Amino acid sequence: MDVLTSFERLSDEEKYEHFMKRIEAGEKIEADDWMPEEYRQTLIKLISMHGISEIMGALPEKEWVPKAPTLRRKLGIMAKVQDEMGHGQLLLRVAEDLMKPYGRNREDIMQDLFTGRLKFHNVFHMPAPTWGDAGLIGWLVDGAAIMTQTNMLKASYGPYARALQRICAEEVFHAQHGEAIIMALAEGTEEQKALIQDSLNRWWDSLLMFFGPASADTTGSSKQDITVKYKIRSKTNEQLRQDFFSKYVPRILSLGLEIPDETMHYDKENETWVYQQPDWNEFKNIVKNNGPKSKDRLDLRKNAYDQNAWVRKALSPDNQAI
Amino acid sequence: MKTVEEAKQDASYKSALTELLYQLADDDFIVAYRGSEWLGLAPHIEEDVAFSSISQDTMGHATMFYQLLEELGEGDADHLAHGRTPAERKNAIILEEVNGPGHYLKEPRYDWAFAVVRHYFYTLAKKIRMESVKQSSYEPLQHVAVKVNMELYYHHMHWKTWFMQLTGTQGEARERMLTAVETVLEDFGGVLTLGPKEDEITKHGLIEGEEFQRKRWLQEIKPIFESLNIEMPKALGMKRGNGRAGEHTEDLDSAIDTLTEVYRQDPAATW
Repeated sequence: MDVLTSFERLSDEEKYEHFMKRIEAGEKIEADDWMPEEYRQTLIKLISMHGISEIMGALPEKEWVPKAPTLRRKLGIMAKVQDEMGHGQLLLRVAEDLMKPYGRNREDIMQDLFTGRLKFHNVFHMPAPTWGDAGLIGWLVDGAAIMTQTNMLKASYGPYARALQRICAEEVFHAQHGEAIIMALAEGTEEQKALIQDSLNRWWDSLLMFFGPASADTTGSSKQDITVKYKIRSKTNEQLRQDFFSKYVPRILSLGLEIPDETMHYDKENETWVYQQPDWNEFKNIVKNNGPKSKDRLDLRKNAYDQNAWVRKALSPDNQAI
Repeated sequence: MKTVEEAKQDASYKSALTELLYQLADDDFIVAYRGSEWLGLAPHIEEDVAFSSISQDTMGHATMFYQLLEELGEGDADHLAHGRTPAERKNAIILEEVNGPGHYLKEPRYDWAFAVVRHYFYTLAKKIRMESVKQSSYEPLQHVAVKVNMELYYHHMHWKTWFMQLTGTQGEARERMLTAVETVLEDFGGVLTLGPKEDEITKHGLIEGEEFQRKRWLQEIKPIFESLNIEMPKALGMKRGNGRAGEHTEDLDSAIDTLTEVYRQDPAATW
């Protein structure tokens, strides 16, 4: 009798126990392996949200692709947004494999985005009205993304962990690209310096929200306990936010910028950063597609989808060649 | 074969050379911009990845051509890309044309058929030009052509695939493609011309003449058109004028406005 057959004879509880032992031993789960429903569902939600956020994330920067002020900056931001699209594609492929047993595919992901069932990251609902924002997004939003993503580099689900390896490597370039824009502005004219402070003020709350609420008490729901249990991630939202402060607060201050939170300080005794909580009700509202730019960006995506319906039709297998 | 220094010392040669370089640089600069406006709007995500990569390569080519101009003493490459008025630009008119009604951030009604046809036809013309300048009398241009050609190979394959696939189907897709072919051809002569200074450009052995380029282009497109049952063009027109002579449309004015919005805030600043 081979191993597969004997595994299939196990009860669901026994399969679950076997699964948990595997992930606790640091083994990777692959797309065809048995996995608990809760695990599959959590991964689908997490990875399709991550993938679609990469795609929607190209839109705030889209405005600045042609407007970038030099040829080098144009090439830099073009490379960055291209990477983001590539990440989106890579992640959606991972999500598609997980959705396969439910008979769902890419089309469903796009439809879920349009109907609001599938959410995208809070930061990508926000306006990016100046070139300073283009720099700040690369520097701090991508910087924050590196933190949440490296937190999942050892994820128990193999295909996701492997996609993240590549994504994180590229995100490091994005953060450097953003930092280079910010450094040039910081060393520039008074007007250029003012651009960065203005962007920082605009993005501060969104950056805090990026890591999600500290616990489910704040917003009524949080998936972080489940993702920790299944070894998809290791640190909690609050730990990540604290890491972000430790890394970036000193850098922000060293550029002569002010943190737009007077209460912000490091409590040496408790070894934590003390800060003003952002408005978590506003956060809930934003991710429900009620943010300042949610509608515009969804419209842009939806519009492209509708405009190109004829192309999809022409490419579909049942269309006849001449 | 001439080096930078030798070119600088020969006024007639330099004038013909810079004319050609402005055409090459301005064509790529504007068509890369039109490509980048498509970001996030392509028919599927895989195409968004591929198209944004092509636009990025193309902007890279424009940068290399502007740098060749900078080496010849024409001024800073960033200034050449951002600081020149539309009337000073030498790009072909078909490359400046908008992707469709609407704005790249607001209600774009872009036409994928037009995008495929324009990019395919242009890439083919560019391939012919780059092959020609591999034998150019100007050595630095030869080197750039070798680099550009490596990437161009993939661009050409990409657009040709789209062109064949969409035109080779029945119904709406074919109709849209044929309409786009007609539109692009009306102004496509503007890509294949070397403009008012053609004689000087060819006299100095910088690139083969426009008659040769047109023939090559038609020769390359012929088997493609035949396999798709499309009539060969009777003419490659310049319906709206000759961009090489500085004739342009309002589409270029607004494109340059967008491309230079931040640069104009302070052209002297370091960005």
